Amino acid sequence: MADSARCPKILTANFGVTDSHTLAVYRSRGGFTALARALSSMKPQQVLEEVKASGLRGRGGAGFPAGVKWGFVPQGTGKPVYFLVNADESEPGTFKDRHIMDFDPHLMIEGTILSCYAVNCHDAFVYIRGEYGWLVDRVQVAADEAYAAALLGPNILGSGFGLELIVHKGAGAYICGEETGLINSLEGKKGQPRIKPPFPAVVGFLNCPTVVNNVETVAAVPWIINHGAPAYRAIGTEKSTGTKLMSLSGPVCRPGNYEIPLGLPLRELIFGPEYGRGLLPGIELKAVIPGGSSVPVLTAQEAMEVNLDYESLAAKGSMLGSGGCIVIGDDANMVDVLRVILQFYHHESCGQCTPCREGTGWLDALLERMLDGQGRPDDLQLIERICAGMIGTTICVLSDAAVMPARSFIAKFRSEFEALLPKGDELEDYVPLAVQAELPRSWAEPASAD
Amino acid sequence: MSEQGTTEAAGPGKGQAAGRATASIAGPAGADAAGQTARQTAGQPYAFTAENEAKFQRIIQRYPDKFTALMPTLWLCHDQWGWMRPGLPEWVAGRLDVPLVRVYELLTFYTMFYLENPGRYNLQVCRNVSCHLMGARRIIDHLRARLGVEPGQTDREGLFRLEEAECLGACGYGPMMLVGKDYYENLTIERVDRLIEQWRRGG
Ligand SMILES: Cc1cc2nc3c(=O)[nH]c(=O)nc-3n(C[C@H](O)[C@H](O)[C@H](O)COP(=O)(O)O)c2cc1C
Ligand code: SF4
Ligand code: FES
Repeated sequence: MADSARCPKILTANFGVTDSHTLAVYRSRGGFTALARALSSMKPQQVLEEVKASGLRGRGGAGFPAGVKWGFVPQGTGKPVYFLVNADESEPGTFKDRHIMDFDPHLMIEGTILSCYAVNCHDAFVYIRGEYGWLVDRVQVAADEAYAAALLGPNILGSGFGLELIVHKGAGAYICGEETGLINSLEGKKGQPRIKPPFPAVVGFLNCPTVVNNVETVAAVPWIINHGAPAYRAIGTEKSTGTKLMSLSGPVCRPGNYEIPLGLPLRELIFGPEYGRGLLPGIELKAVIPGGSSVPVLTAQEAMEVNLDYESLAAKGSMLGSGGCIVIGDDANMVDVLRVILQFYHHESCGQCTPCREGTGWLDALLERMLDGQGRPDDLQLIERICAGMIGTTICVLSDAAVMPARSFIAKFRSEFEALLPKGDELEDYVPLAVQAELPRSWAEPASAD
Repeated sequence: MSEQGTTEAAGPGKGQAAGRATASIAGPAGADAAGQTARQTAGQPYAFTAENEAKFQRIIQRYPDKFTALMPTLWLCHDQWGWMRPGLPEWVAGRLDVPLVRVYELLTFYTMFYLENPGRYNLQVCRNVSCHLMGARRIIDHLRARLGVEPGQTDREGLFRLEEAECLGACGYGPMMLVGKDYYENLTIERVDRLIEQWRRGG
């Protein structure tokens, strides 16, 4: 069912309600009833099974089923289990977790407690990106309220289940959103990702079993416990169940966050009267990045045909990602837009892996010189050669995340790139790339970015 | 910040956490001795305000070990002193009893920690894709001209610093900038000018 009119509000029910961020208002609107119910009448395993049966998938980008991930946590190892709520939100185009924490911090807290109960965890952190300073304060106030009401602490609602929740402020680094980067950062180190396996569920924070989930993922849990897995499955599509918060940005009439039933046509999100209401006057749709800057771009035509669920987008060669839907109008130059994106990955590469550190730098430099009118005839081939070396060769997928926009922009908007490049016969000193590769090493160096 | 829950926090959750090393964090006494050494080396009399000292104690009580306590402690320093003034990194290393290199590891990796004075108003304008589509470059160019600084520089009076920032999670409301803890969204050149005037007048 992808009918927006009949879609219940699971994540945004309290958005816009006066003082929705306070415990009193949250409770008056049914908040913490799921927790009370679970603690009094459900075993942890039952909560886990319910979430698994709901089909809830991680909303941080990868879309991994939450209940399945929880099932990987080894129990009875004698080590504590940690739960880390990923509120590092920094995927360009994404600004949804911010609204959950702003309007409904207690929803996130209740979802976190339920999730921790399911995996027998007694120590949780919410890792909030440092730039969201005011949200760190807001969530801290909410946590203090919850402690005072025995909703956090050693004996939650008299159940004997205890949870300590620490609100942690990050300090500015995109890579800390990657789960193992987040773990290292929380350990007081540079936020550089770790090689997987071992996966955090087994060896994570302080070498203990650790679950990392996105804010939006845990925020869906109270509703699932209250209404049951079948009700959640009834929303969305068969494999993409439930609702998703989509962040809509770019030159549209009504940018913002919209809770959609998964499977909603992308066209509806951009043009629908309840959603974006179309592009600004005078601008035509040219392209859409549907799930944050890391996912392949769609042409306007592809965007008109695709539905917003994991499978439909995959079938079109893109991804739902974090739900950061960036609309690109015909006033934008795609080379220029790609440059901005690649500059970002270059800036944010943590530097551990050579293909990523060097590759993102090269891509950025090549795009810059292209825009400066200094491009070389074979630059697109050179870019492809660099991309080929960056995919699947690194510790985390930031490297792949740079390649996906690069490849898709060039494949789908090639003429805009070619328009900036000279032809071989226009240059006196032109040596084709194919020939360069066969030359002695000193000759084979790609033309530098000067 | 309310101190609610401080005592509860040490409940079973804490007990479960085998391997916590709270005790290894220098307590007030040890910290004072260590702090003293750092102060002498750097010739800087650093001390948290009473309120921040209480927050610091709460941090070392709640975080699992001294290394995990490092980032929140650096935030406390930024809250109190604005940036990591000379001698402060050494002082923090002393107070938490961690190698100095671990302090610098964080100070140099994370963009929000400053080893130089970022100025009174640090204007961080998002240059990323959504804001770019809505004209962020115009805002940045205007500020460059108006303040006479390039991104990454602070003006001569030490009042304004300009920075190009990556996505700040306000993509639907661009162009935007972060100044201190405040987000300024849906910026226009006129609005930026009004803000600059207001800040120049001291408010
Ligand atoms: C470079 C990179 C950046 C990421 N940034 C975020 C982020 O800001 N927020 C987030 O929730 N997940 C982010 N992720 C995904 C996390 O690694 C992880 O998959 C997610 O937090 C798991 O939670 P979920 O299963 O609930 O989605 C990022 C991944 C990569 C590779
Ligand atoms: S792929 Fe890039 S960001 Fe990821 S670990 Fe390697 S260097 Fe760091
Ligand atoms: S792109 Fe500017 S805030 Fe996200």
